Amino acid sequence: MDNLSAGQALVRSHRGAEGPWRTAWRKLRADRAAIMAFGVLVLITAASLAAPLYARYVAETDPFATNLNGEVVIHGETRQVLEPSTEGLGLGFTPLGPTWDFGPYMLGADNQGRDVAARLLYGGRNSLLIAGAAALICLGLATLLGVVSGFFGGLVDTLLSRILDVLWAFPIFLLAISLSIVLITQSITIGPIEIRSGSLWLPIFIIGIVYVPYVARPIRGHVLSLMQAEFVTAAIGIGASPWRILLYDILPNVITRVIVFVPLILALNMMTESSLSFLSIGVQPPDASWGTIIQDGQGLLYSRPIVALAPGLAIVISVLALNILGDGVRDALDPKSSIRVA
Amino acid sequence: MLAALVSRLGQMVLVMFGISVVAFLIFFATPGADPSARIAGRNASQETLAQVRHDFGLDRPLPVQYALMMERLFISRDLTSFVNRGQKVVPTVLEAIPVTLSLVLGAAVLWVLGGLTVGVVAGATRGTWLDRTLMILSLIGVSIPVFWLGEVANLVTQSRWHDTWLFSWVPPLGYIAFTEDPWGWFKALIIPWFTLATLYIGLYGRVLRASMIETMQEDFIRTARAKGIGERRVLLSHGLRTSLVAFVTMFGLDFGALVGGGALLTEVVFGLQGVGKLTYGALQTLDLPMILATVIYASFFVVMANFIVDVAFVFIDPRVRDAH
Amino acid sequence: MPTDAPLLVVENLCVSFRTEGGVVPAVSGVSFSIERREIVGVVGESGSGKSQTLLAILGLISSPNAVVTGSVRFLGQELLGLKRRALDAIRGRQIAMIFQDPMTALTPVHTIGDQIVEQIRAHESVSRSAARKRSVELLDAVGLPSPESAVDRYPHQLSGGMRQRAVIAMALSCNPALLIADEPTTALDVTVQAQILELIGRLRDTFGSAVILVTHDLGVVAEVADRVLVMYAGRVVEEGGKGQLFREPLHPYAWGLFGSIPPMHGPRPARLTAIPGSPPKLSQMPQGCAFGPRCTFRHEACAAQPSLGGAGGHRSACFLPRDSRQDLRRTLTGRIPA
Repeated sequence: MDNLSAGQALVRSHRGAEGPWRTAWRKLRADRAAIMAFGVLVLITAASLAAPLYARYVAETDPFATNLNGEVVIHGETRQVLEPSTEGLGLGFTPLGPTWDFGPYMLGADNQGRDVAARLLYGGRNSLLIAGAAALICLGLATLLGVVSGFFGGLVDTLLSRILDVLWAFPIFLLAISLSIVLITQSITIGPIEIRSGSLWLPIFIIGIVYVPYVARPIRGHVLSLMQAEFVTAAIGIGASPWRILLYDILPNVITRVIVFVPLILALNMMTESSLSFLSIGVQPPDASWGTIIQDGQGLLYSRPIVALAPGLAIVISVLALNILGDGVRDALDPKSSIRVA
Repeated sequence: MLAALVSRLGQMVLVMFGISVVAFLIFFATPGADPSARIAGRNASQETLAQVRHDFGLDRPLPVQYALMMERLFISRDLTSFVNRGQKVVPTVLEAIPVTLSLVLGAAVLWVLGGLTVGVVAGATRGTWLDRTLMILSLIGVSIPVFWLGEVANLVTQSRWHDTWLFSWVPPLGYIAFTEDPWGWFKALIIPWFTLATLYIGLYGRVLRASMIETMQEDFIRTARAKGIGERRVLLSHGLRTSLVAFVTMFGLDFGALVGGGALLTEVVFGLQGVGKLTYGALQTLDLPMILATVIYASFFVVMANFIVDVAFVFIDPRVRDAH
Repeated sequence: MPTDAPLLVVENLCVSFRTEGGVVPAVSGVSFSIERREIVGVVGESGSGKSQTLLAILGLISSPNAVVTGSVRFLGQELLGLKRRALDAIRGRQIAMIFQDPMTALTPVHTIGDQIVEQIRAHESVSRSAARKRSVELLDAVGLPSPESAVDRYPHQLSGGMRQRAVIAMALSCNPALLIADEPTTALDVTVQAQILELIGRLRDTFGSAVILVTHDLGVVAEVADRVLVMYAGRVVEEGGKGQLFREPLHPYAWGLFGSIPPMHGPRPARLTAIPGSPPKLSQMPQGCAFGPRCTFRHEACAAQPSLGGAGGHRSACFLPRDSRQDLRRTLTGRIPA
């Protein structure tokens, strides 16, 4: 992390022609923490994508089918997946604990006798998919709203801003809960599109829209300030058409802002998804996500804590990596940030 | 200034109106589903459905439905749950408020103290190992889902290490009213407080550090140093005091959002019967009137917190005072 | 301590910054001294190291990547490397500083009065009310209208000129022996500039302070200074009395500098001199005389670094023979020096 001194800034500015993208890329590559975080994210994504392979060749089970009476051979010993409980009154069952072998039930079983490790990978797929798709929706919508509102101004701006204000004041988490409870439990039909309840599209859509004001407002502000910038005044002065100004002067500057938001929104989405799923209004069974697996593990917390601990750790690592990457991207793309944050 | 206050109050009422409309529309006008079926809960009988339709005026136009709903929420306050028959929704919510407030207030004290300490120390020791350690810890803090952290805390203090001297004092999960047993109240809440505060200590520490570093580059800091008043005073009276503006805005919003339901996950994990737990219970049983009431109550709290922040601003930042 | 000892002696002061591209010098081997009650102007383009020199005197270069070497002695006491506590006893009390931009020089969340009181009470054990009373007097002394109410104002409620007066009042609050003013008028309107300059000129008489006045405005120097230092690329290239320097500048850089202002009296010059090229980048300092690449009279000797030399208190850092310099200068301006 370099501290930019006045002298250093001077030298930088004298270094001469280097495009902003190249500068950003050079800075990002020099940021070892960000590169490592990116590597971790790639690994997590790759592992999640390999979930079906893992389930078939390593875990050798279907992680979505209950396996209450199954048996498995571990260290040459045949054991029941759900063993009679030895604690307390001896009632009920305790699922198999982790074997720590790269094979079936590496992380043990949940209370349905399903392989936790395989479910973890499948859950990762959904968690990542929802976070990613929702981020696309959120950033796309927010950029559109922010740019339209800031660029065209007038009545459009007033109207959009008021709507965003109200949504902004609405507690995000409660908005997500309200939408989820109304939408997720029943299938809904909007025109020709029918979304069945339990579809992954519902959490994607809900998480995608709740953070829109969060991003759209700063983008609108940025566009407004760009409209006052001298290079835009100059462009207007030489008779450039509004579309040209939008495409050549405004959008390129807005895009860097949007990119800065990407890792942060991904992290937020992942947190929101896991919270909603934990409250059972996110991903619906039989689908799994890291949030639902933590919920599955809640009842087993004191006997088989691994069921809740593993997906939680996966969330922490992913979100941490996204946050580190986010810091790196912001430092690289935001010219002010080299002064603001070391 | 009074005029500014009144106009701000007016805006607040408008936003509250907007929010109640949005919440109402989400519950009553979402396309593709019958609101009466939702309100009545799972597997309701035909009679119940008919009664719901009549009670909520669902056969009448939307504005009338909205007015009826607001009347039952705020004036007659006789909105009842259909899942837990006869349970009056508004008093139930009001009863849960002290629990939520206890949780959020305690956590707020922790996170303000923690956030200030982390931010100032890291900002002042920028670039050193202490700064780096604090920032890594903060980043981890903001990356942990609060409900999971709560579960880990429970695992450690209620199960694994509960029988050691370290955590044997931790009472079983649940809330103990302050009026009954202040010490018990404290013991029951201390772990939830820390759990809830972790995220915010990290968040506030990071924001304050960034703000401090930016402020400490300002010309007026150089002026202050040239006055020969000592670095501690430069840091606190000039650096921190100026950076505090961002801190207070965030605090108002977060405090409002937490009292208004953001603490839901913490309440659920620690079995505290607050407003959030109420919402959670309603989610499990699809008790829509209850959810609607908690959502609107919570949103109003958030808006009010915003308003208080705006007013507080006038006292913290002289520049805002004159901008009105 | 002998009273004729200089107030401030700066010797071989160097300031450099460690950067990605290596160590960059901002100030290289600057030496000068200030007498009591003397007003010294320091002129030079932006980036010539004026501000860094002054900041280094008070230890105000805060970048962790800065390296400051050399010696700064104030009343015989070495300031470089001094402990913060000892330095704080001098800052604001013995040496006060006025900064370039009054808009940003005051903490926005405290009133003018509080900021002055803070400085007074840091150095003297007086009551809050006494310090406040003195603040009002100071504000009055620097010509701030209605000082009783101004004392309770916040910086943003005052205009730029009024803020600069407040900054000056604050700097004077402990009767400093030395006042360092870093381009105090640059950010102000021309009419206000004149008033502020007049105020600074009067300080010596009213408060007995010596003043270092940094500026890139030669008019300002002509107005108030006794002596002038000309800086270029982090070095002092010429030093002398104001009269000497304006009448007979010795360094080709100073020729350009003074040639670029039209004279008020006498025949009009055929053309105003402009200095070709631009100052060197700090990271790519030329070998030898830093002004060499822009100098019309560059010759072999200039490949070495010239040192400051000369008689009668008028010194310059140039290899040209002293006798022929005025003739050379004439060829440059096409004007007979007055």
